[in-house]
Amino acid sequence: MTQTIAVEANHVVKAFGHGETAVRALNDVSVQIRTGEFFTLLGPSGCGKTTLLRLIAGFEMPSAGTILLDGADITTLPPNKRPVNTVFQSYALFPHLTVAQNIGFGLEMLGRPKAEVKARVDQMLALVKLEPMADRKTSQLSGGQQQRVALARALAPTPKVLLLDEPLSALDLKLRKEMQLELKRLQLETGITFVFVTHDQEEALTMSDRIGVMSAGKLQQVGSPKEIYTKPVNRFVASFIGETNFLPATRDGDAYRLDCGIKVAAPSSATGRVTLTVRPEQIRIGAETDADALPAKVTNLVYFGTDTHCHVNLPDGTEVVVRLQSPATGDAGLALGQAVGLSFVPDALQVLED
Amino acid sequence: MSPAEQELVTRSARNGWLLSAPALVVLTLAAVGPLLIVVVYSFLLPGKYGNVVWGFSLDAWSGILYTRDIFDGTLALADAHLSIFWRSVKLSILTTIFTFVVGFPTAWFIATRPQKARAMWLFLITIPFWTNLLIRTFAINEIIRNEGLLNSTLIKLGLITQPIEMIYTDGAVFVGMTYVYLPLMVLPLFAAIDRFDMRLMEAAYDLYASPMQVLRRVIMPVVKPGIVAGSILVFVPSLGAYVTPRLLGGGKNMMIGNFIELQFGQGRNWPLGASLSVTLLIVVTGALLIYVRYANREAGNGQ
Repeated sequence: MTQTIAVEANHVVKAFGHGETAVRALNDVSVQIRTGEFFTLLGPSGCGKTTLLRLIAGFEMPSAGTILLDGADITTLPPNKRPVNTVFQSYALFPHLTVAQNIGFGLEMLGRPKAEVKARVDQMLALVKLEPMADRKTSQLSGGQQQRVALARALAPTPKVLLLDEPLSALDLKLRKEMQLELKRLQLETGITFVFVTHDQEEALTMSDRIGVMSAGKLQQVGSPKEIYTKPVNRFVASFIGETNFLPATRDGDAYRLDCGIKVAAPSSATGRVTLTVRPEQIRIGAETDADALPAKVTNLVYFGTDTHCHVNLPDGTEVVVRLQSPATGDAGLALGQAVGLSFVPDALQVLED
Repeated sequence: MSPAEQELVTRSARNGWLLSAPALVVLTLAAVGPLLIVVVYSFLLPGKYGNVVWGFSLDAWSGILYTRDIFDGTLALADAHLSIFWRSVKLSILTTIFTFVVGFPTAWFIATRPQKARAMWLFLITIPFWTNLLIRTFAINEIIRNEGLLNSTLIKLGLITQPIEMIYTDGAVFVGMTYVYLPLMVLPLFAAIDRFDMRLMEAAYDLYASPMQVLRRVIMPVVKPGIVAGSILVFVPSLGAYVTPRLLGGGKNMMIGNFIELQFGQGRNWPLGASLSVTLLIVVTGALLIYVRYANREAGNGQ
């Protein structure tokens, strides 16, 4: 099956302000979001992810570049002419309308017959399990319920793409977990393309089909959660998603020589000075005398319950964190100052672009 | 509740009444007292040189709508009175509508400025309050009278040869009242728009509402308390306006306020002035009740 593209951004630039003081919120961003997928834009605040979402919604116009929806250029269309709906971070529910009227607002504006609007509203109320609340004012709802109304309101006109701007950030942890599952369920049930913006990497990893990691107005990497986690392309992606270790190294023949002198293999052809990255859970601690093991000294042990983090120093002073599953006794069998040998599980080492 | 607690509650209630007694006495004397005098006077007979003669009569009340013929004493509908009432209501409604039409974009403009600039704009709006109403009205008079700034400029430019008759018309009163009462519309509108969450506009726009629908279906209903407050603040003083119609409307284009004043002055008919005052009070209260109820019903429907 060939993948169709729902949203496409081509070399999009968005600058705020003019001249010298202009800030480039987006700097030449190109991305293709596939039809029916759960796509997450992930990045720290100020990275431009919300700006990209607002460009797709039509609240802002790009300074350069084009935005396509189902292959048609929508760059200059106003928001009310785009078959795209948004779930706002603050929900932005209409305070003067009831829950049902909020949900029906979009269809009503589209001029659909009353009966159709009512049927659809009932259907949406059932979908988000808010039937008993239909005639309440939105101010009488809890945060989680308001969230669901916002979702139902945006889904009711059956948009081609649903945009979600950090919709879960105002909820407490337990509710957020529930809503994550709820969102995923809604996406599967409706089959609508979701573009989700978040700064929470865990949220991105658990919910998304694909993730676009953004930083400083640029898209750093696009890929499935597994790709992003196991094969980060650069230092930013590697450190933003999960925890990781950076090991400076130099190309030596067809392998890399770490600064401590040990040669390791990694799948790359990059030459000269490079940075290798390895996840803490991909390192094994063995005896100092093991063949090919990296000699290291334990400097700190931090107990986390399920895991124990073991900080070790390589001979050249590079600090490496190793995550061990805590044994039943809770005692990792390591002592401060103990000399150990590190080894990497296969394919764990990745070479970063920068 | 134990008897001791009960005693405590009763005592604190009694103390509450005692503490607010001075305020209540002042309010009663200042608000109810004069009103009572006005109501009583409206049922008395006029004195020859003003004041009242003690003796019950409904003449003042029938005098609102009817005049007694000087010669044969028959009652006839007072066209002059009716035209004054009609002018007052018409000009007040027009003033309210027009201050809203001008005031809404103004308030919106101010509310959407950066925080710092906002204070400056609000300051500019309130500056007219610092000048005496009489002086401001005379200033308008100076601009629009026949030999005034506007006419002389137009004549000098050769656009007209005869001055345009602007002063002492209903139009002049309308312009004057709009100018005087505009800030009273802008300020409550600003307060409401300032509280308005601009993201609601984006949400409506996102949900396929046209800019006009965003205005009518989302902005207006949400800022309605401001619209209601502004309309009341403009309509009520407009209906009783005295200075503006006096200076810009002349003797011919009277409003209720001037008519009432006339009864206490040259007219020497205090009971009629009193009955007119009470009528004005009833009309204003009635109009407000209807307006507020209508506004609330709209809100209830969420339309």
